[in-house]
Amino acid sequence: MTTLTTGSPDTRTYAEFGRPLWRRALFNREMAIIALLLAVVVAASVMVPKFATPVTLGYLLFDVTPILLIALAMAPVMITGDIDLSVGSMVGLSSVTLGLGTQMGLSVPVAGLIALLVGALGGLVNGLLVTRIGLPALAVTIGTLALYRGIAVGLLGTTAITQFDRWWTTLVKSKIGGSGIPTVMIVFVLLLAAFAIMLHFTPFGRGVFSIGLSKDAAVFSGVDAERTRLVLFVLSGLMAALAGIYYALYYNSARGDNATGMELQVIAAVVLGGVSVFGGRGALHGVVAGVLLIGVLSKALQLVNITSDVVSIITGVLLVLSVIAGSVLSWIQAKRLRPAAPPVKTS
Amino acid sequence: MMLGKSRVGLRAMAALAASSLLLAAGCSSGGAASPAASGSAPASSAPAAANLTMTFLPKNLGNPYFDTSFKGVQAAVQAVGGTVTQVGPAKGDDPAGQVSYINTATQQQVGALIVSANDKSAICDALTEAKTAGVKVVTFDSDTNPECRDLFINQATAEGIAKVQVDIITSEIGDSGEIAILSAAANATNQNAWIDMMKKELAASHPNVKLVDVVYGNDDDQTSFDKTAGLLQSHPNLKGIVSPTTVGIAAAARYLSTSKAKGKVMLTGLGTPNQMREYVKDGTVTEFALWNPEELGALAAYAAAAMVKGEITGKEGETFKAGDKEYTIGADATVLLGEPYKFNKDNIDNFNF
Repeated sequence: MTTLTTGSPDTRTYAEFGRPLWRRALFNREMAIIALLLAVVVAASVMVPKFATPVTLGYLLFDVTPILLIALAMAPVMITGDIDLSVGSMVGLSSVTLGLGTQMGLSVPVAGLIALLVGALGGLVNGLLVTRIGLPALAVTIGTLALYRGIAVGLLGTTAITQFDRWWTTLVKSKIGGSGIPTVMIVFVLLLAAFAIMLHFTPFGRGVFSIGLSKDAAVFSGVDAERTRLVLFVLSGLMAALAGIYYALYYNSARGDNATGMELQVIAAVVLGGVSVFGGRGALHGVVAGVLLIGVLSKALQLVNITSDVVSIITGVLLVLSVIAGSVLSWIQAKRLRPAAPPVKTS
Repeated sequence: MMLGKSRVGLRAMAALAASSLLLAAGCSSGGAASPAASGSAPASSAPAAANLTMTFLPKNLGNPYFDTSFKGVQAAVQAVGGTVTQVGPAKGDDPAGQVSYINTATQQQVGALIVSANDKSAICDALTEAKTAGVKVVTFDSDTNPECRDLFINQATAEGIAKVQVDIITSEIGDSGEIAILSAAANATNQNAWIDMMKKELAASHPNVKLVDVVYGNDDDQTSFDKTAGLLQSHPNLKGIVSPTTVGIAAAARYLSTSKAKGKVMLTGLGTPNQMREYVKDGTVTEFALWNPEELGALAAYAAAAMVKGEITGKEGETFKAGDKEYTIGADATVLLGEPYKFNKDNIDNFNF
């Protein structure tokens, strides 16, 4: 290597090493998942009878809404390198809170607000244990997974609350005009916009990525890592609680065991959507595509009467392949770069 | 850092896309032999073109009880000249999963849906939607709210089931001492109804028998096994366990058969002969009860077919034929299969399910 002297003919700018913006925007993991999603949608529309109907779209979106909501907050948590396994239990606890609140005569908005507070509180507990006491997020949230589920089942015992204000359950089940798109999607799109701006267009969001890449480096460059992680855990609890409210109203049933195991569905979708399990990488459009990809696959397979175990096998294989693909690629890339690192020819 | 990665990445992803489609396609050609694709007449229930395409939706797949029911369903559907597909969530107690399958059946416009409910109200709206779309909804084994289905096939009355189990356990323990219940999920409709009845029956006729605990094994073999161990540990004076679920009783019997409590702690409940044969023969279990799930499934399928053909509508007093037997619809659009059956070492070998 020649010495780095400014003005020497060998000086290259970063832009020469990188690819043009349009290529960076189009050829990445997120776009690959979106392409895969579109391919599956097209294939299903052609091969699966009755798939290409607005009804399918409605049922599909209703099915994945809680996962979409939780994934919005799970993605930034995982990008910092943490994880929140308590979200499925929080969905249960929140729906139980809503149920108990309405049973005591509170209106759905008031009971819902309390459920959201419970969610924020649950997230705060996770966040404080992780950031103030310094315990690993995995251990803390395995604990609160059991704790929140235990409280939820304990509060309601063996009963289920199924008396919700019809106006609210009808609203949750309603669709926008004849499009087949659930009305709740409006809420989701607004939240998606808020999370996308927070994660991709603010200093806070850049802090999230830098914590995931190297926490020490992030702290040295002025990121309040502990506060950022704490805020993300609270958001995760809030979104899980919101999903719990949706779950109780959509299924018209508040039970302690609502959404058991949902945390794994969320994490699978988030990882499939390109968020690195080691933190530092990921984008929300990929995460949304990851959730939808699993949703579309299972809906299409259901329509041709393929049983849920096969659906699980396919999602599992897909997930493992996508993770393997990621690692293999980094390895290939490392091998390619080691000898000389010449600039990529822009063809 | 991103040099070259993404082009390879794209290629890998394309390969991934192709392989996942192949997976999906391969499965669909294998499994889609008989979906409702063959353009059956739309929702209008014209008796001329009775749509005998049915979907069988148990609480979960891989449960021997429902597999046996499905055998009965298949035989009956074949007898009436229809087709049936079994679908369902992989794990038990997943009403959300069932809703998804009900919606799918509605989309496929099947003629009838035969379902055992994981939650009596959570799947209600989806079933109502299915009915509106012209699908006949027959519940069996575990009912929904009555307004959400057309017909319920009751395996036995809750009183009958509770009484037969209480009768067996109290006679085995000499009508005095502590007993416990190992149930399935805390929210299972039928389990809770039976447990309530058992409590009443115990209070009314067996004052010296004390129910000290109810634990939930969630119809999971390992959980039920562990809960049995826990029961014996926390209640040293326990004389009997009642497990009104096939998964629970088998797991409890497996635990007892190798423990010191074998022969000392009595076990009964609802089990299937094939699962319990070994434990009845080795003396862990003397007697247990059940109905025949195969007959139950067959009855549900015959009833569904009769509804699709318009022979019955669900009114009290209507009659229909299931094979060579005739059944009458009772109150609340319910059909009763019959009395529970007691299995013991003298008769167990006559059964194979």
